[in-house]
Amino acid sequence: MTTSVSAASVARPTGFARDTAAVFVRESRPLVRDPFSVVFSLVQPLVFLGLFGPLLVGAAGGDVAGTLQWFVPGILVMVALFGTGSTGANLLFEMQTGSHERTLVAPLSRGALLVGRALKDVVPLVVQGTLVVLGAVPFGFRLDVPGLVVGLVVLAVFGVGLGSLSYTLALACRDRDWMFWMVHQTLLFPLMILSGMLLPLDEGPAWMQVAASVNPLSYVVDAERALLAGDFADPSILGGALAAAVTCAVGLALGVRAMRRAR
Amino acid sequence: MPRDPRIMTNQMITARGLTKTFRAKGQDVEAVREVDLSVAEGELVAFLGPNGAGKSTTVRMLTTLLPPTAGEATVAGCDIRRDPGGVRRRIGYVGQGTSGGHTQRVRDELHAQGAFYGMGRRETRTRAADLIESLELGQVANRQVQSLSGGQKRRVDIALGLIHRPELLFLDEPSTGLDPHSRANLWEHIVDLRRETGTTIFLTTHYLDEADQLAERVMVMDHGRVIADDTAPALKQQLAGDRVTLEFGSATDAAAAAARVGGESRGAVVTITAPDGDRALPRWIRDLAAVGLEVRAATHRPPTLDDVFLALTGRSLREEGAASASSDSRVEEAPPGPSRDLQHASTGSRDAA
Repeated sequence: MTTSVSAASVARPTGFARDTAAVFVRESRPLVRDPFSVVFSLVQPLVFLGLFGPLLVGAAGGDVAGTLQWFVPGILVMVALFGTGSTGANLLFEMQTGSHERTLVAPLSRGALLVGRALKDVVPLVVQGTLVVLGAVPFGFRLDVPGLVVGLVVLAVFGVGLGSLSYTLALACRDRDWMFWMVHQTLLFPLMILSGMLLPLDEGPAWMQVAASVNPLSYVVDAERALLAGDFADPSILGGALAAAVTCAVGLALGVRAMRRAR
Repeated sequence: MPRDPRIMTNQMITARGLTKTFRAKGQDVEAVREVDLSVAEGELVAFLGPNGAGKSTTVRMLTTLLPPTAGEATVAGCDIRRDPGGVRRRIGYVGQGTSGGHTQRVRDELHAQGAFYGMGRRETRTRAADLIESLELGQVANRQVQSLSGGQKRRVDIALGLIHRPELLFLDEPSTGLDPHSRANLWEHIVDLRRETGTTIFLTTHYLDEADQLAERVMVMDHGRVIADDTAPALKQQLAGDRVTLEFGSATDAAAAAARVGGESRGAVVTITAPDGDRALPRWIRDLAAVGLEVRAATHRPPTLDDVFLALTGRSLREEGAASASSDSRVEEAPPGPSRDLQHASTGSRDAA
């Protein structure tokens, strides 16, 4: 029986970047094993595109291509909102089953547990965003490739922030998943409507426009519209990038703090 | 952190005055009260007690999951407060829940776990393959954790806890919710692991037979305190005697016999609790026959850990375990049993009999 503790039997200490990479790889594996799951969660945005889009064409009286040019960037942001907004549910589930506890006993940086997860959410987001845009092309959507690339980067930054906020909510709700979903549902639709994602807010009352002006989502939506049209001179791009960066910074800060306190 | 050479050769766990107070509904609840304990390298120790006794809370403090309210502990040579990272690197932990992510494949989780412990890619793959083989997980290695049976999930949990060859393995209620066959199979794996690697094992259980058959030393915990700490045979010998029953032809005879040899009579039966009851039994029968009291039937039962718990607390652990087992996260995996009634008894607890 070996009872002495040799140095080799003790795992090496790990750095933050390495821990984050380890968490990212673990979280991404189910996506690689089952890529169809990424497509499957596209159903909701596609329903909006397919069922809400035609109504929009009819109401605005414009042509299909022109309406898509306005509507598709909004759907792109919706993909981020629905996808990363609910990602905390995965963590919530792992907190209840015990696999999150296992990672808390591992010699991993607590911050890496959050950041690795949040970065993973970028993968389905980029794939789904690309699929939505490419799917709209046959219907007359004009694709600006550099605009799409930058647009996806902005979206990814925003998604990391929103995902982190979702994880923060999950950590705060712990054993009460009903509370997670209540807060999630309460915020989701107001944020969506007050972003001008589905309908322009120009015709809405003044209070709605004020509410939209404090909704980071509305800046991101405006920026995506300019970017996907290839209009790089539009100042709203800067506003959207800033809103995404602020969401990301706030989300990560709150999320890392919540994870450090996690039991 | 430099390690004390005395600690290195002797103690794997030492705790002094370990206390945890939770605040619930405006009241302080002392889950663990000034627990002192020590576990030497290579020992297999069981924490036995009813649900809610504070076993898991103690383990959660020792594994750095919960900060203690008071007291201190050194685990695998590292202080749980000052060097939690050192503790985490050196220990393996199998909690009450399912360690593997439900949508993860078994082998993927083992590889991820290796990376979590800073192991190299090749080393992780070799180690994972070895664990899959030794824990008989080859058939399910490429399946998602959620598709596994309760016993298979538990073996995956243990594989995950062992990936980095820890010096010390904590097992929190390892077999709760498992059917008797899976439980026996799990024990075999734990015993094999012990024999092959000499890993120190600290497990909690509310199953009497688990503590009795598996552990070399049993610490009995109740209401947040360690109330007894010794080998199972020593506990039984010191705290509970053999139980001998003698049956007579009439209650009068039984009462007369009880007056002669000690013990209590109920109806025509006398029950005597005594050390070495098996050796005393022939003498009692002879002595009683000499005064005309004929023993018609006799039974002898060696003491169980439940008798120990009963002697210590005045309560039976068997009933307590059954009554509160429903609070366990793993009970949902137990097959529904006939006694799943007001008592919320789990099948596992009845198997403990």
